[in-house]
Amino acid sequence: MSASTDCLRPTAAPTTEPTSPTALGAAPLGFRGRIRAVNPIAGSLPPEELERRLVELGFVEGAMVELLHQGLFGADPIAVRVDGVTIALRRREAAAVLVEAAD
Amino acid sequence: MNEMLPLGRDLRVALVGRPNCGKTALFNALTGSRQKVANYPGVTVERKEGALATPAGRAVKLLDLPGTYSLRARSPDEVVTRDAVLGRLAGEVPPDLFVCVGDATNLRLCLRLVLEIKRTGQPMVFALNMFDIARHRGMSIDVERLEAELGVPVVTSVAVRRGGTAALLDKIDEALAAPHSPHVAEGWSEPDAAGVRRLQKEADRILRASVQHPEAPDTVTARLDKVLLHPVAGLAILLAVLFLMFQAVFTWAAPAMELIKAGFDALGLWVGTLLPDGLLLSFIQNGLIAGVGSVLVFLPQILVLFLFILLLEDFGYMSRAAFLMDKIMGGAGLHGRAFIPLLSSFACAIPGIMSTRVIDSRRDRLATILVAPLMTCSARIPVYTLIIGAFIPDRTVGGLFSLQGLVMFGLYAAGIASALGVSFLLKKFLFQGAPPEPFMLELPDYKRPDARNVLMGLYQRGVIFVKRAGTTILAMMCVIWVLASVPRPPEGATEPAIEYSLAAAIGHAMEPVIKPIGFNWQIGVALIPGMAAREVAVASLGTVYAIENAEEAPETLGAALAGKWSLATALALLAWYVFAPQCASTLVVVRKETGSLAWMWFLFGYMLALAYAAAFATYQLAVLAGLG
Ligand SMILES: Nc1nc2c(ncn2[C@@H]2O[C@H](COP(=O)(O)OP(=O)(O)O)[C@@H](O)[C@H]2O)c(=O)[nH]1
Ligand SMILES: [Mg+2]
Repeated sequence: MSASTDCLRPTAAPTTEPTSPTALGAAPLGFRGRIRAVNPIAGSLPPEELERRLVELGFVEGAMVELLHQGLFGADPIAVRVDGVTIALRRREAAAVLVEAAD
Repeated sequence: MNEMLPLGRDLRVALVGRPNCGKTALFNALTGSRQKVANYPGVTVERKEGALATPAGRAVKLLDLPGTYSLRARSPDEVVTRDAVLGRLAGEVPPDLFVCVGDATNLRLCLRLVLEIKRTGQPMVFALNMFDIARHRGMSIDVERLEAELGVPVVTSVAVRRGGTAALLDKIDEALAAPHSPHVAEGWSEPDAAGVRRLQKEADRILRASVQHPEAPDTVTARLDKVLLHPVAGLAILLAVLFLMFQAVFTWAAPAMELIKAGFDALGLWVGTLLPDGLLLSFIQNGLIAGVGSVLVFLPQILVLFLFILLLEDFGYMSRAAFLMDKIMGGAGLHGRAFIPLLSSFACAIPGIMSTRVIDSRRDRLATILVAPLMTCSARIPVYTLIIGAFIPDRTVGGLFSLQGLVMFGLYAAGIASALGVSFLLKKFLFQGAPPEPFMLELPDYKRPDARNVLMGLYQRGVIFVKRAGTTILAMMCVIWVLASVPRPPEGATEPAIEYSLAAAIGHAMEPVIKPIGFNWQIGVALIPGMAAREVAVASLGTVYAIENAEEAPETLGAALAGKWSLATALALLAWYVFAPQCASTLVVVRKETGSLAWMWFLFGYMLALAYAAAFATYQLAVLAGLG
C-alpha cells in the first residue's frame, strides 16, 4: 500500500529503464507499474465509451497501479490500486490499460 | 415537516458527490430527524429532503442527491443528479447552492467532479468531509491552497461527530448571503474522453499541490482485504455472513415476534369484552386485528435483515461482495452488481428492484429486475412457516438439523436456483449475442459503521413496512372479510355460513383450474387477496377458516389446515409460493423501473406459469407417492 500512495508525491519520477508496455488485463497478481496509455479497444462497450469510463475511474497516463486481488475463477475480476483508489474491474476491460512495470 | 419552517421561499441547498463520500451522513447530521423520503417524479429514484436552519437563521431545504462519479449520467440515479446540477430537474426549483462533498482521504476522483460541476457555473461550496480520518492518518491538506486552485470556497467537515458541521453551516450562510439566483446552466455538453482526461490531470495537479500524504499510510483496509477478498477465504466468509444473517432473521426476531403476536391477541380479546357478539365484532377481530397483526408480526424479521444490509453497506463490504460474486453471477448471465439487489430482495423485492439502479447496463438491469421476485422475500415467510409448522413433523435428521429448518432452507434454495436458471435462459434466448457489460466499481476504504446512520436507515425501512400494513393490507383484509361474510346464510341453513358467501362462490368458480394442482376452494379464495401482498394469503385463510370454524389464532389455523388438507396439497402450495407472481406492488414497481407494461406482463406470465407447473408436478408426484 505504501508504494501506491508514495506515487502521489510530486517527486515520483518515471522508471529509468522503460520496459515494453503490457496490458493490465494480462498482468499477474502483485504487479506494480505505471500507466503508459489508456486505449479505446473494441469489446463490451463502444471503444471511446470504455476509454472514458476508465479515465473517469482514475486510469490516466502516469498513474501508479498495483494489482492487489483477483477472483477465484479465471483470476477474474481484479482489484487494482490506482493512485490511492481501489477499483474492481474485469481483465477484459483492463486490457485497454497499457502499463509498464516499476520495481 | 413543513410547519417547522417560517413562511416565505425556502432556500434550497443540494448535496452532490461521489458514492461513499459521506453525503447521507452529512445529510443526517445537518437535518436530524427532519427528513422526508420519497421518489423523484416519474422515476423510482429515492429522493431525500430535509429541513435545517443555519446559524444566521436561514430556513434551508436540503436535498441529498444520488452519488455520481461524473455529470455524464448513465444510470437513472445519475440522470437525476446531473439534471439537478444543471438546474433542469423536472418539477424542482434549481438549488441556490450546491455543496459538493468529497472524501478528504480520497480526493483524486472528487476533485475532478468538483471541476466538472464548477464548469456549469452553479454556485457551490466544496466540503472536505471525513476530515477526522484524514487527520488521523497524518495527511496534511492545505485548504487555502485548495481553495485558490479550485476557485471555490472549501471547508472541512466531520459528518459523524457532534459539531463536525459547524464550519460547513457557516460557509453555507456565507454563500447564501452573496447575491445569487437559481438558474438553469445553459450550454453544458458532456466531456469526451480527452476532456475527462484533461480534467483528471488538472485534478491530479491540484492534489499534488495541496495535499501531503503521510510516510506511513493507513493499512487497515489493505490488511482486511487480504482476508476478505482472498479468493477462497473471502468467498467462505461471504457465505458465513449470509448464513449468519438468515440465522439471525429467524432467531433474533423470534422474541419480538412473540411479543407482537401476544399484543394483537390481547387486543382482540379486549375488543371482545367491549363489543357484543355479532358482525361488527367479527369484522374487528377476524378482519382488522387478526389480519393486520398477522402481517405486522414480521416487522422484527424485516428489521433484522435490513440491519445486516445497512451495517454491511456502511462498513464498505457490499462492493466487496459484488467483487467476489461477479464471476459466479456472470455464469448465470447476471452482473456482479446484481448481487446487492438480489440480497435485498430477500427482505422484499421492491427495494431490491429499486436498487438495481446501480447497474448501468439496461440489459443487465432488466435481467436482475426480472429474477429479483424469485428470491424468497420475507412476505413468503408467514406462508412457509404456517404450512411447514402444520405439515412437516418437528424432528431432527442426522441428529443435527431440524427437518422443518431443512425444508425452509430447501425453499430458499429453490428460489435462488430458479432465479439463476431463469437469468441463464434470459441471457441465452432473449438477450442472445450481446457482449457482457463491464463490471467496474470502486472498493471504498472500510469504515466503522455509524450508529445514527444505521438507525436512521432502519427507521425509514420500518416506516415503509408499517405504512404498507396499515394501508394495502388493511384494505385487502376488509375486502376479504366482506366477501367471506356476505350474503348471510338463509334461515335454517345447514352448511357453515361461509358456504353461502361470495367468497365461496368465487372459490368454487376457480375449482376447475386449481383442482389439478391440489388446491381447494378456500385456497383459491386466499390466492386472490394474496395478490395485494403474499402474507395476506395467510390472513385470508385465517379469516375464511375462522368464519367457517369460529376459530382464529394461527396455531389453531395450522391445526385446522392439518385436519383439512392432504400433505400433497400442502406441498403443492409451498411449491406454488416459491414462484407465485404475487404482490401487486412488485408488479407496479417493475412497470415503473422497466418503463414498460410488456415486461411487467412478461414477469407475471412466466412466474404464473412456473408456479402452476411446479404446484402441478409436486401435487401429482405426491399423490403418486401416496400422500394424497
Ligand atoms: N469517520 C468519519 N466517517 C464518515 C464521515 N462521513 C461519513 N462517514 C462514514 O462513511 C461511510 C459512507 O457514508 P455515506 O453517508 O453512506 O456516504 P454516501 O454514499 O455519500 O451517502 C459511512 O460508513 C459513514 O458512517 C466522517 O466525516 N467521518
Ligand atoms: Mg448515500
